[in-house]
Amino acid sequence: MTGNLVVQFLAQGAQMFFVLLIAPLAVGVVRRVKARLMRRQGAPLLQGYRDLAKLLRKESVVAENASWLFRSAPSLIFALTWVAAALIPTFASGLMYNWAADVVALVALLGAARALLALAGMDVGTSFGGIGSSREMMIATLAEPAMMLIVLTLAIAAGTTRLAGVADFFIAEPLAVRVSMALSLLALVIVALAENARIPVDNPVTHLELTMVHEAMVLEYSGRHLALIEAAGMLKLVLYLSLLICLFAPFGMAPATAGVDGWALGLLAWTVKLLGGAALLGVWEVSIAKMRVFRLPDFVGIAFVFAFLAILLAFLSRGAIE
Amino acid sequence: MPELYVSGAALGALAVAAAVATLVRGPALAFVYPLSALAALALGAVDLHVLLGGGELVAWLPIGLPTIGVHLRLDSLSAFFGIVINGGILAASIYGIGFDRAKELTPRVEPLFPLFAAAMNLVLIADDAYAFLFSWELMSLTSWALVVARHTDPESRRASYLYLIMAAIGTSALLFAFGGLAGPAGGYGFDTIRAHPPQSLVAALVLAAALVGCGSKGGLIPLHAWLPLAHPAAPSHVSALMSGVMTKVAVYGFVRIAFDLLGPPSWWWALPPIVLGAVTAVLGLLYAVLDRDLKRVLAYSTIENIGVIFVALGLALAFRANGQHEGAAVAMAAALLHVLNHSWFKSLLFLGAGAVLHATGRRDLDGLGGLIHRMPRTAAFFLVGALAASALPPLNGFVSEWLLFQAVIAGQTLPQAALHFAAPAIGAMLALAAALAAACFVRVYGTAFLGRPRSVEAARAHDVPLAQQIAMGGLAILCILGGLLGSVLAAVIAPVLRVLVGADLSSAGSGPTPLSLVAFDPARSIYDAPVIALFVAIASITTLFVVHRLSARRTRRGPAWDCGFPDPSPATQYTASSFAQPLRRVYGAVVFAARETVVMPPPGDNRPAQFSVVLTDYVWRALYAAPGRAVLKLSERLNALQFLSIRRYLVLMFAALVILLSIAAVMI
Repeated sequence: MTGNLVVQFLAQGAQMFFVLLIAPLAVGVVRRVKARLMRRQGAPLLQGYRDLAKLLRKESVVAENASWLFRSAPSLIFALTWVAAALIPTFASGLMYNWAADVVALVALLGAARALLALAGMDVGTSFGGIGSSREMMIATLAEPAMMLIVLTLAIAAGTTRLAGVADFFIAEPLAVRVSMALSLLALVIVALAENARIPVDNPVTHLELTMVHEAMVLEYSGRHLALIEAAGMLKLVLYLSLLICLFAPFGMAPATAGVDGWALGLLAWTVKLLGGAALLGVWEVSIAKMRVFRLPDFVGIAFVFAFLAILLAFLSRGAIE
Repeated sequence: MPELYVSGAALGALAVAAAVATLVRGPALAFVYPLSALAALALGAVDLHVLLGGGELVAWLPIGLPTIGVHLRLDSLSAFFGIVINGGILAASIYGIGFDRAKELTPRVEPLFPLFAAAMNLVLIADDAYAFLFSWELMSLTSWALVVARHTDPESRRASYLYLIMAAIGTSALLFAFGGLAGPAGGYGFDTIRAHPPQSLVAALVLAAALVGCGSKGGLIPLHAWLPLAHPAAPSHVSALMSGVMTKVAVYGFVRIAFDLLGPPSWWWALPPIVLGAVTAVLGLLYAVLDRDLKRVLAYSTIENIGVIFVALGLALAFRANGQHEGAAVAMAAALLHVLNHSWFKSLLFLGAGAVLHATGRRDLDGLGGLIHRMPRTAAFFLVGALAASALPPLNGFVSEWLLFQAVIAGQTLPQAALHFAAPAIGAMLALAAALAAACFVRVYGTAFLGRPRSVEAARAHDVPLAQQIAMGGLAILCILGGLLGSVLAAVIAPVLRVLVGADLSSAGSGPTPLSLVAFDPARSIYDAPVIALFVAIASITTLFVVHRLSARRTRRGPAWDCGFPDPSPATQYTASSFAQPLRRVYGAVVFAARETVVMPPPGDNRPAQFSVVLTDYVWRALYAAPGRAVLKLSERLNALQFLSIRRYLVLMFAALVILLSIAAVMI
């Protein structure tokens, strides 16, 4: 039993390590695909790692007016996102600690990271920081409820709010095609785009004042602080891609009881699916234009409406009504 | 029974303190706060003893109505709310100890403070309708007098006037409710009522009256209009009591009537509290996110939290009516824990707002800024409160939010179509409210404590005295502990749950660790805050360690970057109004018919451009302004009756007599 416990513990550690390891690569794939589709050479796939290493080596310039909150926020944001990412079933569903937080807590953990980032954006007292925080929170008021409704829908379908339980349900019934699941998928994709500051909600490669959201918030960060924020952003991308994979394409994922062999297979399947998802994101990003900030509520609002319809249908299909 | 004597002595001490405080002046008034703190400590200890040890305290006093007297009883429900209330009183009293004896004590506040504290305690232990209504009214009047303490300020006068009207309406509704409960036989003791609960139609009327009476005190929309005016108008430690604690007395009143006195519920009783609560939760925050006054934002956020509590209570009623005791226990645990959690973080936030007000003399968010540098401790405590109020893990606000979402999911098993479909709608409203709360508190904290000071006063601020820091720090620690030890709190309130809904969180303690919070079944839902907090801590420490090993550790201070053009004027920062602008465009256009107008001078003209926003408060217009105008118009018409000749008066009297007699003749 103790041997098993050690293996379980190592598996959980491996999960935390792998999500961190693959995150810059996933972002590299997105950028590479985008560049190629625009007939550019593009940066090497490993550029994400180099960027992080470069930022870590550089000195951090902190604004004179910055408080302790500004300096401590990056590591907390990174830690919160990392823990959230570690909770998502990736290569195996029944890891040691993913009972600790269920889907509701997962949404809230990401909410905590976002609130900290928005606060850090306002700490120096510049106009750009404020613009970013304000817009980020506006988008969040639409995306977060949609996300919450999506996870509640999934929890109703699976009969549990535990992530592992939800994943097991979708492994067991991969063809559980229901209207509410299709609506949830659409809504989750929109939420994922919004939360990861992707086109059409935000553009991760531009610093154009009038449109930027996420980049405006982190404008004052540099050096190792910026490296942590960037890494947290990459982790978040992996988190959402893994969530989509685990819910809607769970084939290949090892069930809770699988041994090391099953895990290796699951890891391979997950890596392939993750990078495939990143490539799809690249294709999506070149095929659509960025939206004006005040058209975003319509776009993210669609996610909210879809998510609401999905949960309504889920309620309709469950339980007997007199 | 020594507990009885302790309670009696503490309440007596509060009354004597109030009486003595009316006689003394100046610095001597300061004795009120240590005494109130001791009394609250004693009362809270008795409450805790009763809650943990079981049993109840009963007393009969031969005062009040002749031959009936006053029945008092402290059961587990009263004891739980007593802990909530005395915790708030203790914090507010400790905060009061820090007041400047020379300047900040006034004979308008200090004598009423202990009386207000005692009145709230009395409401909880009242065991007959007379005692309940008397103490309820005492609580209303003392708090009204505290609101009007700054009567030189026209805002305060207006707030207290509105409060007085709403309190009167609320109490008359409660009077009606107890009349219905007592029935034609007129048994006003709670045990008599419990033995003979009213029939269905009367029960419905009682429920409606209770919702009006308690809802108006708690701030349920549309009965809320007085609350955001009155709570901020009082001195800050009283605001903390009113918002953090007195609203909980209102919740207690509703719970006592709906779950205890009214007998077994029908399923549709659940609908009014659920619908009103959900609307209140969302609208309260929309008001909050657009307001620019620090204390008023907090008051609106109180309205939101009361809405959340009423949603949970409504769900508990629905589950109980359908015999689903587990679901009822989860929903009721969510309601009670939110009562406790909200009292902690809202008291903390109001005390923090008081500290800001004391340090800067301002409560308009657009005049603050940068206080994290000048008031570091207050800023740290306020941050804990703000994050807890945003329902973010691992703080306490999230625990009750989590339980509530579990109850919403369980709504799929409710058999009635109305409730079955209400559940996902509530889920959507609550999720929206949670997201808006985060936006609201990021805005409040970001403009008041972060950034650069926007006024001279904010630039010269200083941290508050030690006693006030202790009061805030204690509450901040409670917010953190309450978040980590939610499962322990759920176990502590188990006896209350058993009394109210006939079950507790049956699977408590069956989770993977002893501190896991389990809803329904460990296979179904677990939230383990300590494990998550441990993971986040390990992850942060690992990160810090690795980054420090890998990176250049140099940190340089330099001017802000701001895309290369930092402007030295603090006026270029985002303000609370500009932060709210996107939210105003998204939500305000629908809910408040927000209109923005920009007047640009023609080219060549060097007048400044003007920007104005008009918001319409439909609730105020339809339910307050219109009846107010009608009353004025009617009284203007009736005014003519004051200036008639004696002949006319005699005719009127004769006519009235004839009409009454003919009515009597027809009736008999």
